[in-house]
Amino acid sequence: MWSYALKRTGTTALTLVAASIVVFAFIHVIPGDPIYVLLGDTATPDQIENLRHELGLDQPIVIQYLQWVGHALSGDLGHSIFFQAPVLSVIADGAETSTLLATITMVWVVLIGIPIGVIAAVRHGSWLDQGLSGAAMLMASVPTFWVGLYLILIFAATLGWLPSSGYPSIFDGGLGNLRYLILPSLTLAAPNAALILRLTRASMLDVSREDYVRAARAKGIRPWQVVRRHILRNALLTVVSAFGFTFAALLSEAVVTETVFALPGIGRLVVQSILRRDYPVIQGIILVIVVIYLLVNLIVDLTYRVLDPRVELQ
Amino acid sequence: MNRDGLALWLTPFVARPIALAGLCVLLAMVFAAIFAPWLAPHDPYAIDPIVRLTPPNAAHWFGTDQFGRDTLSRAIYSARMALLIGSGVVFFALITGVPIGVFSALFPRLGHALMRMVDVLMAFPSLLLALGLIVILGPSVVNSILAIGVGFMTTTTRIVYGLTLRLRAETYVEAARSMGSGTGWIAVKHILPNLISPLLVQASFVFAFAQLGAASLDFLGLGAPPDIPSWGNMLAESRIFITRAPWLLFFPGMMIVLTAFSLNLVGDALRDRLDPRFREVFGGEG
Repeated sequence: MWSYALKRTGTTALTLVAASIVVFAFIHVIPGDPIYVLLGDTATPDQIENLRHELGLDQPIVIQYLQWVGHALSGDLGHSIFFQAPVLSVIADGAETSTLLATITMVWVVLIGIPIGVIAAVRHGSWLDQGLSGAAMLMASVPTFWVGLYLILIFAATLGWLPSSGYPSIFDGGLGNLRYLILPSLTLAAPNAALILRLTRASMLDVSREDYVRAARAKGIRPWQVVRRHILRNALLTVVSAFGFTFAALLSEAVVTETVFALPGIGRLVVQSILRRDYPVIQGIILVIVVIYLLVNLIVDLTYRVLDPRVELQ
Repeated sequence: MNRDGLALWLTPFVARPIALAGLCVLLAMVFAAIFAPWLAPHDPYAIDPIVRLTPPNAAHWFGTDQFGRDTLSRAIYSARMALLIGSGVVFFALITGVPIGVFSALFPRLGHALMRMVDVLMAFPSLLLALGLIVILGPSVVNSILAIGVGFMTTTTRIVYGLTLRLRAETYVEAARSMGSGTGWIAVKHILPNLISPLLVQASFVFAFAQLGAASLDFLGLGAPPDIPSWGNMLAESRIFITRAPWLLFFPGMMIVLTAFSLNLVGDALRDRLDPRFREVFGGEG
């Protein structure tokens, strides 16, 4: 286990280094002098000279990269052109919304995807299974923002049950403000719950063909006990390993969902920064998201190892 | 293709009527894209302020938008953009993914390094990668294709790599090698023909997800220019009128759903007729 953990952490670190080179190169491949890319068109000659020196733009590219990494490691991701504030603090402002949105979405994904997937697998081949599986495939074929707009139309505009946009911090208005995240999290959960549903169903069916399941059935164990103790437990392992992938999809789709619901999160910040040409913020967000994504995948992989000791033997 | 070959391809659709329905929907979309000028009842660009935001009626089956443009005509013309983006992304994913994947599997030493680079690109969530590329390249139709395509290049490369590794270990490949066949010959004669059916499955899924990706880019205002009719652009414009003109939200969205759903149905049906050894490369759902 430990040698695997060490090796897996090592590859993650290597991938991270390579990814950081890609993110670093981002500013340099945008057409135009990086100094204007970073400062905007309104920069004064003084600012330009200062930043050129600070980033070492007169130095070889390798030194520039190392300096950039050094800054990033100490939490300095550059300066936002639009906000005139450190990029890290701009990102931190959106962190509360995005973290809560991701967490609530994951809760929906687990609560909806897994139980319905189990039902579909247990009733394998029935009309219920075909209906549920078909519905899941349909949900995976629907653009997230379209779902979001319909939820707004029905639950906010027509029924008036829930707010349609924005999110005031729970630290200002209490936990009641979480109601602002109900529609966005359901929107974001729809395609991902569909994915987990299909995966749960498929891996349940895979496991149910195993010899030990047949043996358990032959011993006369009650069918629902076989499902719960023998099939579900093992099938969930595969589902756990897919959480890393789901998380990435969620990060991507959050960009659109946060825009639809005008949430002050990191996803909407990306889109706004693109429209504002605030390149340092875009670069910072891409870096932060890649780091989070790689860490989540590392944790998922290591957890999988702990949960399923058989993997080690293969 | 001879008659037996055709019959073999149609088997999964005969056994599954819903997949056949999906195939018909797709053919209808292609038909609409090609014959848009004859099928569309109005000029998709014609502005008519008198009928602006009219609900569906006899003259405008899908209603009109805020400029009085005919929603049905725009929706029909949008099929062209959908077809262009979808086939463009599939083409890009295949033209890059197949050579890199096959090469990496046949030349393990260099291949291993190449696959690590693919892994690095996979560390970027796909839409974020697409947005980053749009920032560098600027928004346009071709750049949408490239930006979305890169995300699928990585998955396609991984799949091709996995399949080629399996095929390389097959007895007939070993036999060919022992008889002195070169690696290039083996790739063309023994590997590529066996990749066709799994790649067809992959292509239908990529086509489906490209629709959703392009719709997202258009919706964010970072895809095709806003005056070009595309389902994503139509939805982006409909956003402010959702309570006054819900038909503007309904029809373009349904088009995307129908297209993506049909592609997924077809992909699923094709996957189920794949060689079982290949099926697990696609995650073993089903």
